[in-house]
Amino acid sequence: MNDVDLEVPNGRFVCLLGPSGCGKTTLLRMIAGLDLPTTGTISIDGEDITRLPTHKRNLGMVFQSLALFPHLTVGGNIAYALRIRGLSREEQASRVEELLTLVHLPGYGDRPVSKLSGGQRQRVAIARALAVSPRLFLLDEPLSALDAKLREAMQVELRQLQQQLGITTIVVTHDQREAMTMADTVIVMQSGEIRQAASPVEIYRKPTDAFVADFIGSTNLIDIGRDGDRAVLLGRPSAVVMPYGVSKATLSVRPEDVELTAPSPDLPEATITFVRDLGGAIEFFLDAGGTQVVAVTSPRARPQVTVGDRVGLRLDPARSVVLTR
Amino acid sequence: MRREPARGLLQHLPVIFPGLMLTVFFIVPFGTMVMVSFFRRQPGGFYVPDFVLANYARFLTPFFGNVLAFSLYLAVAVAVVSLVIAVPFTYLIARAPRQTQVIWLVALLSILSLSEVIIGFAWSTLLSRTAGITNLLVWLGLMGAPQALVPGFSAVLTGMVYQAMPYAVLVLYPSMVRLDPTLTEAARTLGASPLKAFFTVVLPALRTTLIATLIMAFIFALGSYLLPQILGRPSHWTLSVLITDQALYQSNMPFAAAMAVFLVLVSLALVTLTMFAGKKLEA
Repeated sequence: MNDVDLEVPNGRFVCLLGPSGCGKTTLLRMIAGLDLPTTGTISIDGEDITRLPTHKRNLGMVFQSLALFPHLTVGGNIAYALRIRGLSREEQASRVEELLTLVHLPGYGDRPVSKLSGGQRQRVAIARALAVSPRLFLLDEPLSALDAKLREAMQVELRQLQQQLGITTIVVTHDQREAMTMADTVIVMQSGEIRQAASPVEIYRKPTDAFVADFIGSTNLIDIGRDGDRAVLLGRPSAVVMPYGVSKATLSVRPEDVELTAPSPDLPEATITFVRDLGGAIEFFLDAGGTQVVAVTSPRARPQVTVGDRVGLRLDPARSVVLTR
Repeated sequence: MRREPARGLLQHLPVIFPGLMLTVFFIVPFGTMVMVSFFRRQPGGFYVPDFVLANYARFLTPFFGNVLAFSLYLAVAVAVVSLVIAVPFTYLIARAPRQTQVIWLVALLSILSLSEVIIGFAWSTLLSRTAGITNLLVWLGLMGAPQALVPGFSAVLTGMVYQAMPYAVLVLYPSMVRLDPTLTEAARTLGASPLKAFFTVVLPALRTTLIATLIMAFIFALGSYLLPQILGRPSHWTLSVLITDQALYQSNMPFAAAMAVFLVLVSLALVTLTMFAGKKLEA
């Protein structure tokens, strides 16, 4: 973990996104106080908490394993933090019922946690973490144990819950769809460093480097050279403006921004090598003089081409990004 | 899922084999003991088949009542002290790096290779006035003069805890290692100090294992007959000592058998009670 400088505004939903081993979980554990940073400080609302023990930080955290207490019922799990703080039985019971309603599990208080389904256990873990209205809500890969359908539904639900409560939330995930669905701000990390921190759309549209461009969604990374102040793209002059002071760069173009047209002398040419028809979208794999390019179209805009055809590639300069590092 | 009923010898083998072992090594010896306990003793060391209750009637005296009470008291004390030491010890080992775990476990296992006699005499030397640890305390200036700590109740307790501890650790260790470490972390994020998390999450989550350990140490201590003789006074002798005495030195097999049967019944009752209490706790 090196040189991480991160500020999370109150009430925001932030996703730490990156491949495994990039330090995102370590960063979250440091915020929770479960790991200690060797240098640097962590503060909440201006109060330095770097050396404050975990149990005094007033956080809610959902673990990847969920870490539900096996010896307690659903209600016992949710009431744990309240019991530690010495609330009366009546206060505990009413708060537990309130939280169970919040996570759509009313009346589940007396069930043993071992009798719950994956999604229900997930909800109990969330309710338990929110029991004392923490000032920070931390989730470490919270949905990774769920199957794909349920995960997508829970993403939406989690986001709605966060907006309803207005609680500052930090989620660790390696799933870029999850980050795009839930976050106000996505923070892309790689080998202990923050590569980019921005809104999901900005990260997708304006990645700052090739790693971010490739990690968020899929993209075509094409090497470009300089000719005057314009870029040479796949051997043809293009409308893309080269930034000042570099002779070589990489152009990132999303597959949906690659348009296939009839071959023409002023457009880069490519041969179709494979067509993947997914029903909802069609992917064309192209070979442009040794560089692989992928184009995606909707079934309605499908060009009448097949494997082996030569086509022209039209790339919109406004929808592509020149990456210089 | 419904299973086909087992047919033929081969399919019944998984039931027959343990059943046979249980019969040969438990039911037959125990049955013999129960039978002998009703036999009549003859002067000169022999006994004849009979059905008399004299052997049982004999220990309905204050003397045997006291010995039984002391035996149970000692066994409970050994079980509780072993558990109180073994639980934090095992917890720390289970959280230590693999290498450290192996060293500690091997050291503990090596205790198991010592015979009860060696453990008894080692402790009686360690606790003696002439060569014991009190000399060390005198040398450190913590005590005025060396003292004999043996024979005595604490000496018996120390020796038996020393012997029972490795077993307690071995029973606790697998569950402690398997316990998800994020449970404690979750408790801490919810506002419990590490110590409070230990008492409100780790111990309750392990309570089945804790009860099993308690029962095992209890039964282990109940059967011990050498250490009370080596480290204790005659007032610290347990029922097991008396059984040995009657069986080996007084040649009164029926009376020894009657005491043994009684001891088994009392300990079974206590174990059942403990397990019942454990179930109640769970609900």
